Amino acid sequence: MPLLWIIAATLALGAAGYWLGRARALHLTGGSPAALHSLPHAYGAITALAALIPGFALLVLALMAWPGGTILAPVLAVIGLGLALIRITPEFRARTALERCILAGLITASSIAILTTFGIVASMLVETADFFSLYPWQQFFFGLEWIPSFEGGSELGLIPLLWGTLYITFIALLVAVPVGLFAAIYMAEYAGPRFRAIAKPLIEVLAGIPTIVYGLFALVTVGPLLRDWFAAPMGLGTSSSSVMTAGLVMGIMLIPFVSSLSDDIINAVPQSLRDGAYGLGATQSETVRQVILPAALPGIVGAVLLATSRAIGETMIVVMGAGAAARLSLNPFEAMTTVTVKIVGQLTGDTDFSSPEALVAFALGLTLFAITLCLNILALYIVRRYREQYE
Amino acid sequence: MTQSSSLLTADPRTRARNRAEARFRAFGLAAVITGLAALALLVISVIGNGAGAFRQTYLTIPVTLSADRLDPEGNRDPAEMARVTTFGYAPLLAQSLQMHLQAEGIDLTGVSPQALMGMISQEAPAQVRAMVLANPDILGETLELEMLASGRIDGYFKGRVTLESAERDANVSPAQIRLAQAMADAGMMETRWNWAFLTGPDASDQRPEAAGLGVAILGSLYMIGVVLVLALPIGVAASIYLEEFAPKNRLTDIIEVNISNLAAVPSIVFGILGLAIFINLAGLPQSAPIVGGLVLTLMTLPTIIIATRAALRAVPPSIRSAALGLGASKMQAVFHHVLPLAAPGILTGTILGLAQALGETAPLLLIGMVAFVREYPDMPPEGLFDPASALPVQVYNWTQRADPAFVERAAGATIVLLVFLVAMNLIAVLLRRRFERRW
Repeated sequence: MPLLWIIAATLALGAAGYWLGRARALHLTGGSPAALHSLPHAYGAITALAALIPGFALLVLALMAWPGGTILAPVLAVIGLGLALIRITPEFRARTALERCILAGLITASSIAILTTFGIVASMLVETADFFSLYPWQQFFFGLEWIPSFEGGSELGLIPLLWGTLYITFIALLVAVPVGLFAAIYMAEYAGPRFRAIAKPLIEVLAGIPTIVYGLFALVTVGPLLRDWFAAPMGLGTSSSSVMTAGLVMGIMLIPFVSSLSDDIINAVPQSLRDGAYGLGATQSETVRQVILPAALPGIVGAVLLATSRAIGETMIVVMGAGAAARLSLNPFEAMTTVTVKIVGQLTGDTDFSSPEALVAFALGLTLFAITLCLNILALYIVRRYREQYE
Repeated sequence: MTQSSSLLTADPRTRARNRAEARFRAFGLAAVITGLAALALLVISVIGNGAGAFRQTYLTIPVTLSADRLDPEGNRDPAEMARVTTFGYAPLLAQSLQMHLQAEGIDLTGVSPQALMGMISQEAPAQVRAMVLANPDILGETLELEMLASGRIDGYFKGRVTLESAERDANVSPAQIRLAQAMADAGMMETRWNWAFLTGPDASDQRPEAAGLGVAILGSLYMIGVVLVLALPIGVAASIYLEEFAPKNRLTDIIEVNISNLAAVPSIVFGILGLAIFINLAGLPQSAPIVGGLVLTLMTLPTIIIATRAALRAVPPSIRSAALGLGASKMQAVFHHVLPLAAPGILTGTILGLAQALGETAPLLLIGMVAFVREYPDMPPEGLFDPASALPVQVYNWTQRADPAFVERAAGATIVLLVFLVAMNLIAVLLRRRFERRW
């Protein structure tokens, strides 16, 4: 309970600070707020902040480095409170000071995004450097075997994992792009308002379903179905987890991604282009194929690239649907594995963070980060560079 | 014959074009139907597999709590009685069951005492033991006790196990199944609503019938709480700065590009970040909701920031100008006027971000949330540092177990997860409907 008490005590000091600061400011002018530079509550708030900020800063630091030091937080809050009270005079520009504090807070909040990126890159770079000091990078990037063994002498080649990732992504896009694109065209050009009002949100529900649910779907329904109806009769394999299972389910996940982005882009093509095409005697489908799609192409390519990046970074569906065996094979009904599966595999359970078998996960993570980042940037670039400007 | 066409008879080329048109349209409709069918199949698969987890088979029999077996010393001291382990209670239950069945005249041929014990869950002796230790005075009495039936017997009543499948199953025999049916006919066994699935803790590999979601739901709530407390203020503050105050320069450009890129970083990368920074560097404990909450906060921030900025941008500039014209400072104009008007939009975006965080699994695997946790975490704030599970991770955890009864549990947990998500999305939609303002 002490932690709760310390937090409560610091908060109580903040409240006391607000009340004291306000009271002191009013007291100095004999109770007339008009003689103060700012409204009385600004004096209260700045005093409260002077107590709360040092108190909680110390609390967080102490929690991370030295748990015994948390008790100092209220002490520091008292000091801050006292110093702020001394500074209060009727001429003190409390509102300006308060607004500066708030602005500093806003700036700090927005730099957290940068700090996160920095944290991601730095943590992975450090551990990856460690990994490459234990394991040659040529063998990582060009190795054709993935045989980790915790007794040493592992083969940790990226190629089979990358192959599995790209193969599954390819199948997922094979499902998602035609279905998503046709669905978007139908919704934007053909569907009546009633149909659209029902079908569009329903398809977008697919995007809100957590990937673990898709993983369960792959594991329990799609995997056995594909094995019993396709793989086994065709003699292609007996495993229910396969590239096909993961790819198919991931494709379903990506349908709303492709369709809603494409829908927006198709709707952004101005009506005058359609009317022009109809006026020349084109049918609706000819208009779509020869006028609307070319105009919307950059946006659609961008949407597909974003979907690709999503598919490459997807984890749960492949963990539960693709299998764990690293394999370089063309048979889509065989179990294969991906970069993300191996990150999970190498980092769950009891791991020894000085062994290359655990550290390789950070190198894999960095590779994944780099690939998805490039795809995202490329997508943004294509959308910006080739976007048609309509007045 | 020359080409003849009119308004009434289309020429071959027009017919071909019309056919192409119909084909194209059919493709579009087929694509939409494919998407809807996939959704339907997904929902049916999850509900079909998981509905059973909300019902559970219990058997109710009179059990004689023999005092000389459970308290050999005879002085009702719980500390001494604790020395009798669950293995001491199990034969007692089996014996009571056998005697009761014989008294009721139910045929026991082909069911050995061992097999009889196998029909009661391994969890039952532990529950009876806990009951006795909590209240030693009930020793010696004969009580009507309700106990969990074992997973396979439960499976029979839910249609997962049949007489044919029992022939091939080493864990259950047809004789046991027939006996279970006889007991159900005699009213000793019934399948009813299962609160324990929502409130109980996880159970080990051999006891799927006892596994519950209590710890996972609590862990998820803790994490969502952390995300809400951190991501909402930070996200709103960052958006206010970027939208209302930031000068157009290199730095703010970098921040903007950064945020849109962070939104597209694979979630597992956030897990790696959490593992490296929060656990290995800062030394926070594994499987703790605080670490999960921090990781999910970083992951949800871009979503919340993007939604909040859109909400702020939707407030017309005239509101700001009016406030400034009346002598408000810029800060006052934003906090007193723009922010309240943008609040519904911000709230909607936040709820959607929280829903995304609730369903996220991959980063939690890396920070050790997969561990087997049976103890409920304490109250926050200390409880945030206790090990806990989370709903989506519990789903994953159960799919990795050998006993097929856990598939039902996993799908059941998925239903719970989806119910939470539907509720959150519904709230977001209602908020939007209720408070949306067109300027």
